[in-house]
Amino acid sequence: MFDDLHDLYQQMILDHSRSPRNFRKMEGANRRADGRNPLCGDQITLYLFMEGDVVKDISFQGSGCAISKASASLLTDALKGKSRQEVKRLFDQVHELVTTGKTGGDDVGKLAVFAGVHKFPARVKCAILPWHALIAAIEGKVEPVSTE
Amino acid sequence: MSLASPIQEPKKSAIDWRSLRDDFPALHQIVHGHPLIYFDNAATTQKPRFVIEALRSFYERDNANVHRGVHELSNRASAAYEAARARAAQFIRAKSADEIVFTRGTTEAINLVAQSWGPKNLRPGDRILLTEMEHHSNIVPWQLLAERVGAQLIFLPISDDKGLLDLNRLDEWLTPQVKILAITHISNSLGTVNPVAELCRRARRIGAVTLIDAAQSAGHCPLDVQEIGCDFLAFSGHKMCGPTGIGVLYGRHELLEAMPPYQGGGDMISTVDFHRSTWNRVPHKFEAGTPHISGAVGLHAAMDYLDRIGRKNIAQRDHELAAYAYERLSRLSGLRLFGPHVGRAGLVSFLAADVHAHDLVTVADQRGIALRGGHHCNQPLMKQLGVEATARASFYFYNLEEEIDRFVDALREIQKFFSR
Repeated sequence: MFDDLHDLYQQMILDHSRSPRNFRKMEGANRRADGRNPLCGDQITLYLFMEGDVVKDISFQGSGCAISKASASLLTDALKGKSRQEVKRLFDQVHELVTTGKTGGDDVGKLAVFAGVHKFPARVKCAILPWHALIAAIEGKVEPVSTE
Repeated sequence: MSLASPIQEPKKSAIDWRSLRDDFPALHQIVHGHPLIYFDNAATTQKPRFVIEALRSFYERDNANVHRGVHELSNRASAAYEAARARAAQFIRAKSADEIVFTRGTTEAINLVAQSWGPKNLRPGDRILLTEMEHHSNIVPWQLLAERVGAQLIFLPISDDKGLLDLNRLDEWLTPQVKILAITHISNSLGTVNPVAELCRRARRIGAVTLIDAAQSAGHCPLDVQEIGCDFLAFSGHKMCGPTGIGVLYGRHELLEAMPPYQGGGDMISTVDFHRSTWNRVPHKFEAGTPHISGAVGLHAAMDYLDRIGRKNIAQRDHELAAYAYERLSRLSGLRLFGPHVGRAGLVSFLAADVHAHDLVTVADQRGIALRGGHHCNQPLMKQLGVEATARASFYFYNLEEEIDRFVDALREIQKFFSR
């Protein structure tokens, strides 16, 4: 009866939520964005260092539920070296993944662990929060993004 | 709030609480393969058949618009609507039905006072005294007002995790600049029951007007506005077995009389010219447009239903359930409990170490347990407590000890699940 829950909270998600990767403030970042989920109090800050069109370094800080934290952590792992265009394509695929459970493309890699999120509509925004912050950072928006 | 009463408190088992569950159709369902345990009553309560039937009967027999019609159905609808107002006055012991304004709920009632009473009575530099445990609905309307008139918001501090107001320091806050004290009766995230009569008495001494947010108390304990001594009191129907979209603002008659209208439209006027209008009498002056007639009828039924059980009995049942839950939860390791140890209202707010409230609530839901996780519309309070969010189980008289047992078992499993 906890099957759906094991889908949602896969071991990799729990691992990343407990020991998030790239969890630091980045000195010398040239892009930054805040993401907030006012409903549950999740808040993250994403730092990027971009050279031209390419994400050279990426990190985050913040607090939140296991899903949003793991999503931010796995996102930072997945994006180093990607171009702006690749980032946007990946965003679309992750968005489809967490809303439909279908892995829309073959770029998602490890991020496929978030497929279980689609069965929990209230939690989709937790998974997608860091991604919204990412797009805001890449587009150089300064206002905090919100999933509400 | 004790009027010395010769009547003994009812014994623990005086009421068959379990059989009352049969009055609530929504309680009897399977959620994610488990019998529903509804512990989100501070957000909204379930509705008894008695209230649902009152709504249905109104729409099937008496439905018409109020106050303007001459025909039979309009007369019936008007009578039902005004009977609900009289019942609400009786429910909180207001002196007259004219002191009852129907609103969409507590939030609109507070906004009405802030927007109508506020600008006429506040000057730049005046202070609005709130507490740190207020719901957003008793903060934001005052922020809007303060900005508009140049007044200042100040907040009575709470002690610590126990969530009690520090009354010894009240005089430091109750200065002559304070023109209104707006305070919650029962905290929706801590379960604190504030000594509202004492607070109103102290506020009155310095000439401040008082408003009580009774959203969490109206359906849970007897309310007597004369004994509390407040100028305004607000509550919502849906948190006390009534429909959503209907609530009450109580205001002392002379205050309501002196206040300008809140919204303009039909029903609130006496005469209308192209360029000028005169206002209807209180309370109709504050009810523009077709009101929520069926809502008032449903609220009437809810008040009757609650008083048949007895609000004193309900208050005692709340205490029993909260005390039982608190006792069971305090024996779990890795749990932080918020709010007072004793004398708490019917809810428990908590955090499990290493499990975010939102994750906990998701897993509990898979066990058919409806909890709430988040800031409970208390963001400043959460900041004050140094947490992002808490999980909350809030009870009503139809909840059972065995449901609390199942909830505690589920919590243990949840802790295990997240430590794997």
